[in-house]
Amino acid sequence: MVPLSHYLALSVILFVIGAAGFIFRRNIITVFMCIELMLNAVNLAFMAFSRFLENLDGQIFVFFVIVVAAAEAAVGLAVIIALHRNRKSLNIEEVDSMKF
Amino acid sequence: MSILFYIFAAVAVLAALNMVLQRTPVYSALSLIVVLCSLAVVYLLLGAEFMAVIQVIVYAGAIMVLFVFVIMLLNAGHEAPSHRSQIAKWIGAPIIGAMLAEMLMIIWDQFPSTSAAPPPALDGTPAAIGHLLFKNYVLPFEVTSILILVAVLGAVVLAKKEF
Repeated sequence: MVPLSHYLALSVILFVIGAAGFIFRRNIITVFMCIELMLNAVNLAFMAFSRFLENLDGQIFVFFVIVVAAAEAAVGLAVIIALHRNRKSLNIEEVDSMKF
Repeated sequence: MSILFYIFAAVAVLAALNMVLQRTPVYSALSLIVVLCSLAVVYLLLGAEFMAVIQVIVYAGAIMVLFVFVIMLLNAGHEAPSHRSQIAKWIGAPIIGAMLAEMLMIIWDQFPSTSAAPPPALDGTPAAIGHLLFKNYVLPFEVTSILILVAVLGAVVLAKKEF
C-alpha cells in the first residue's frame, strides 16, 4: 500500500513544476495552464488526506475546487481573448501598463 | 495496486515537465491532459471513483477543450524568446528550489512513510458524495450556481466584440 507521504510528495512536485512554469513561461495561455496544474496538485493533496483521515469532506472540497477552476477558466480565457484583440500579442511581457 | 500509483505518478511528473518545457501552447495543453488523466487514475487508486470520473469529464473533457479552443482561435504559435530582464529567472529558480526542498522535508518529517496499515477505503461513490453534498454542503452548492452564472455573464461580456 502506498503511504500518505508519497501522495503528498507527488502533489508537491506537481505544484512546484506549476509554479516554475508560472514564473518562467512567457505565453499567457501556458501561464494559465500552469495555474490549472497547481490547482490539480492541491486537489491531489486533498484527496490523499481525505483517504487517510477517513473523511469524505476532502472530496467535496475537490469538487468545489473543480467548479471554481471551470468558472475561472471561462473568465480567464475571455480576458485572454479581449487582451489579444487589443494588444495583438499573447506575450505577458507586452502587458505591463500597471508596472512601474 | 501500488505499482500502478508509481507508474502514473511518473507519467504525471514527466508530462508536467514536458508541459512546462514545451514552447508551443498546443503541446503544453496536450501534456496537461495527460497529467489530468493520470491524476484521475491516482484518484481511482485512492478509492474516489466519482471524483476520478469528474476529473476526466469536467477537467480533461470540458476545461481543456476550452483551452485548446482558445489556442486555436488565437492561433497561438511558438513562444518568442524573452528580451527583457532575466531577474525573474535568477531570483525565481532558487526560491522554487527552496520551496520544493522545504515542503518535501516537512512531508518527510511529519508523515513517516513506514505508517501502519492504512484505513479501509472510503466509499467515494456518487451516492455518498451526493448525500454529503446535499445535506452538509447545500449552501456552498447553491452559492456555486451564482458563481457560475456570474462567470458565464463575465465571459460573454469580456469576449464581446465591442469592448
